[in-house]
Amino acid sequence: MPINVKTAGFATTIQDLGRPGYYHLGIPMGGAMDRFAMRCANMLVGNDEGAAGLECVFMGPELEFTQDSIVAVTGGDLPPKLDGEVLDSWSAIEVKAGQVLSFDFLRSGARAYIAVAGGIDTPTALGSRSTYPIGALGGVDGRAIQPGDVLPVGKPASAAKAGAHIPENMRRLPGKIAELRVLPGLYWHRITEKSGTRFFDETWKVASEADRMGYRFKGGTPLEFVDREPPFGAGSDPSNITDACYPYGSVQVPSGSEPIILHRDAVSGGGYFMIGTVISADMDLIGQLQPNVETQFVKVDMDTALAARRERANSLNKVREHLS
Amino acid sequence: MTSRYTFGGDEHIFVEVSEEMSLEAFFTTLSMTNAVRDAKIDGITEICPANASFQIKFDPDVIHPDTLMARLKEMETTASLAEPVLTTRIIEIPVLYQDPWTHETLMRFRERHQDPGATDIEYAARINGYDSVEDFIAAHSGSPWFVSMVGFVSGLPFLYQMVDRDRQIQVPKYLRPRTDTPKLTVGYGGCFSCIYSVRGAGGYQMFGVTPMPIYDPEQKTGYLKDFMVFFKPGDIVKWKPIDRAEYDRCIAAVEANTYEPRIREVVFSLEDFNKDIDGTNARLEEMLNAD
Repeated sequence: MPINVKTAGFATTIQDLGRPGYYHLGIPMGGAMDRFAMRCANMLVGNDEGAAGLECVFMGPELEFTQDSIVAVTGGDLPPKLDGEVLDSWSAIEVKAGQVLSFDFLRSGARAYIAVAGGIDTPTALGSRSTYPIGALGGVDGRAIQPGDVLPVGKPASAAKAGAHIPENMRRLPGKIAELRVLPGLYWHRITEKSGTRFFDETWKVASEADRMGYRFKGGTPLEFVDREPPFGAGSDPSNITDACYPYGSVQVPSGSEPIILHRDAVSGGGYFMIGTVISADMDLIGQLQPNVETQFVKVDMDTALAARRERANSLNKVREHLS
Repeated sequence: MTSRYTFGGDEHIFVEVSEEMSLEAFFTTLSMTNAVRDAKIDGITEICPANASFQIKFDPDVIHPDTLMARLKEMETTASLAEPVLTTRIIEIPVLYQDPWTHETLMRFRERHQDPGATDIEYAARINGYDSVEDFIAAHSGSPWFVSMVGFVSGLPFLYQMVDRDRQIQVPKYLRPRTDTPKLTVGYGGCFSCIYSVRGAGGYQMFGVTPMPIYDPEQKTGYLKDFMVFFKPGDIVKWKPIDRAEYDRCIAAVEANTYEPRIREVVFSLEDFNKDIDGTNARLEEMLNAD
C-alpha cells in the first residue's frame, strides 16, 4: 500500500546509497548526500541501511499514508508532524493508515532524510533507486517527487517497531562554523605557497549555488597562480587543465575565484584545476550546509584522513549497537 | 612520458599522464587503465580514463592508499611497453551544422560570448584562419576523431581531431557558461569537440546538432537496448554534414526506432598513423564506407 504525495517540498528526491560503477561514463554514484543520516533513518525503521528513502532540502513534503507504517526522520533539524502534532526526529514513529506526515520549518542543517519501514520501492536504474535528474535516472521517472505521485513501499522487516531513538550525542552534524578537512593534492602545485596558506586561513561562506552536484563557496581571496605556458589542449585561463576526471569531494576553483566542491551527483570531469579533495569522512557534513554558513577548510594529511574515516565508521557502529 | 601521481582525498588516485593533450598521452592512458582493470586489484571500485589522465577510485578499508599507489606506479612500465594498436569501431555521425535550435540558443547567450556580433561557428572559422564557414565545416568533418573521454554528464563524448597539431582546430570556451544547451548539440572547446548527450548547462561553442541519440536511460532505442550509453573511449567518429531534409528523415527513422548508425570494425595503429596521417585517415574512411 503506497504513500500519496500531497505536496512535494522544495526538491525532495528518492535516494539510497547510490550506483557506483558508471562514473567512467559520466554517470555519478549519486545517493544520499548525508549518508550517515540516511543509514540511521533506515536502521530506526528496521530497513537495510541501503534502502531507498526521501532526501528533503530546506523544507519537507506532505505525505499521506495508506497503511499503518513506521517512519523515521533524521539529518538536519526539520521537525516531523503527524496530523499536525510535532514529533521527535531521529526516532521510529508509528503512522496509522490515513495519517499525513508533514514538517515544521527547518531549524538547522539543510537536508532531512525520511525512511519508511520496507523502503521506497520504485524501480531501480543501474542498480539503484537514487534520483539523478540530469540523466533522468532513478526516482519517479528520473525526477524529484511531485504532488500526485504515488510512492510504492516495500515489505517491512519484522524488526520494524516504533520507539527506537538515536540520542543527540550519537548524531553527526557540522558545527556553527563548519569545518571541512581537505587533503591538498591534484593540481595544488598550480597555486603559490602564499595563496595556498591563505586558502586555509580564511573563512569562506556557502554560496547560493549549492546542490547535489556541487557546493560553491565565496568570500575568500582569489587564488594566485604559478606562471606557466598553457599546455596544448588546456585552454588559456590559468585555472584550465586538459579535461580530466574529477574526484568526488574535489575542490575546483574556476578562474581562481570561488571554490566548488563536487558532491554525490558530480560532473565526472572537465577542464578546471583542483587544489585538493574533501576527505571521505566529511562528505556527509556538506549536505547539511545552508547558504551563507561560515566554513573553514582544514588542511590534513592522509593519516588524519584515514583516522577520521575510522572514527566515522565507529560512530555508525555505535548507532548499530545502540539499536540492536 | 613520465606520469604524475597524486591522491584525490582518501578514496581516489589521480594520474596525469601528460599536461598537454596528444594521441600518445591518450593511448598511454588507455593502456594503463586496461592494465589496472586486468590486474583485478581488490579494493578498486572505479577506473575512469580521461584524455591525458585517469582516475582510480578505491576503498581504503580494503587497500591502503600507499600500497595501491605503489602498485599503480609499478604498472606504468609494463603499460608503456604495450603496442599502441587498438581494435575499435568507426561510427558515422550525421550533423546538421548551423541548425535553428543551437542558433536560437546561442543568440540568447550572446553577452557571454567573446564575439557577440558573430555566431559560434563564424567566430571559430575566423580565429582558425578559414575564409568561410563552409571551409570550416569541411575541415571539422574532413578527418576522423577519437573519442578520448566519456564523461562530464551522462555518456557525453570528448573527441580529439586526428590531424597534425598545426591543423587542429582550437576554440576557447564561452566567457561564462550558458545555462542551456540543446540536446545532441555538437560543441567545441579547447582542442575537443563533443556531443551534449542531454540538455543542460555548457560552455562549449555550438556548431550544430546530430539527430542520432547517444544516451537513452529508458533503453528503448534499438542500438541502445544493451546499454544506455553509446560511446566508449577509443571509438572513432566521422562527422557527416547533412541538410535539413536529411536531418528530418533521420529524426523520423529515430522516432520509428528504425535508425541504424553506420558502424564498422577497424584496427588502428598509432605508429602507422604517425607515419602517414592522411593515408591512415583515408583507409579508415574507406572501411567506414565499405558494405
